[in-house]
Amino acid sequence: MKISFALNGRPVTRDLPPDRRVVDALREDLGLPGTKEACGTGECGACTILVDGVPRLSCLMLAAQLEGRKITTIEGIGKAEKPHPVQEAFVEAGAVQCGFCTPGMVLTAVHFLEENPGPTREEIREALSGNICRCTGYQKIVDAVELASKRLSKKGTTE
Amino acid sequence: MKVFLPGTLEDLWERWEKIPNARIYAGGTDFMVKLREGAIQAPALICLERIPALTKIREEENTLFIGAGVSHAGILTHPLVQTWCPVLVEALRVLGSPLIRNMGTLGGNIATASPAGDSLPALYVLDAEVVLADARKTRVLPISDFILSPGKTSLKEREIIRGVRIPRPMPYTMSRYEKVGKRKAMAVAVASLAACLRFDTNGVVKIARLAWGSVGPTIVTASRVEKALVGFPLSRKHLEEIAPMVEEAVSPIDDIRASAVYRKKIAINLLCRLAGDSNFNGRFTP
Repeated sequence: MKISFALNGRPVTRDLPPDRRVVDALREDLGLPGTKEACGTGECGACTILVDGVPRLSCLMLAAQLEGRKITTIEGIGKAEKPHPVQEAFVEAGAVQCGFCTPGMVLTAVHFLEENPGPTREEIREALSGNICRCTGYQKIVDAVELASKRLSKKGTTE
Repeated sequence: MKVFLPGTLEDLWERWEKIPNARIYAGGTDFMVKLREGAIQAPALICLERIPALTKIREEENTLFIGAGVSHAGILTHPLVQTWCPVLVEALRVLGSPLIRNMGTLGGNIATASPAGDSLPALYVLDAEVVLADARKTRVLPISDFILSPGKTSLKEREIIRGVRIPRPMPYTMSRYEKVGKRKAMAVAVASLAACLRFDTNGVVKIARLAWGSVGPTIVTASRVEKALVGFPLSRKHLEEIAPMVEEAVSPIDDIRASAVYRKKIAINLLCRLAGDSNFNGRFTP
């Protein structure tokens, strides 16, 4: 089935089995392994992607549902040479250990900070409650989102 | 397997007529898990996410209509829902996780008919009606008649949940959804309670509506308990007196999440929690 959508800002048309899970299509057919799969049942958030700007779980979506959508994966958020402010904050705050949850965490955080500039720590915890991390104990992830929030709001006022 | 995404209800009926055994899904948060487990088998799937008629929220005379395809996030941030039924907002706020709330739909939560479905106790106390439709007609059932047993509903073949209708609620002074689970996010309720109460200026209960989740095969309501609350202030002492009525009303089971004995205790404690709260939307001073 020919499926057309925007992937990280570029239009793509691919022949994909309509019942292929989006996480598999991204990783195996489209060469974007930044999206991770852990639980495969929607409980952990590792496979988070942005669909028309909203965080969704790519393990619970089928390729047919990509048609006409704007999809953003971690590869579309920043590059190694030019990371997103949220990614920079994750590195600086020490919010990355094994890194498996990081793409999902970052995408959830990017969307959250767009909608809620200047959140409290409690609001950050709530926003990230669908993304599970088994390494960090979350403190540094919350630190990172707080740091990114401060930088993004500063950027917003100077630009 | 083919996957169809009809853009209108007419397209849906036509497609379903052609492939009668096709299975439908909306948010996919329960459906996809079962499909992958092999618990669902179908020659084709029909996804309802692109049917605008299912994603509307609107006021209709004396009812609020919420389309079955509106996501939980879409409902809990909607100003009409916030005004009409804060108890539903409270319940959806603790359903799944932010990601699940972006995907899962109200229609899906109802169709899944889990005794732990977080929207259900709220819909019971609101006297919600489920609007059902097939290719030919529309019918309406009270939510308590629609849900039959765990996972079983009155949905007929090739019928969908179109939405829910919520009658203009009483001017409740207190709307609460209390839930106990293993953790805050992504926790299936061990027990839950939706409560809507109206007090007079002296803090005496005038109207009480209660519905418990996860303590019976379907949502548990208890008019005896509701009546016993009326005419008294909401004090811990009075609630403890009527606790045996709650114990009688619920019929929990032992499962991997909790024992029946524990669930009974929680069902009572959730009611007692209401009295411990002094923030009754500002209008009630104990």
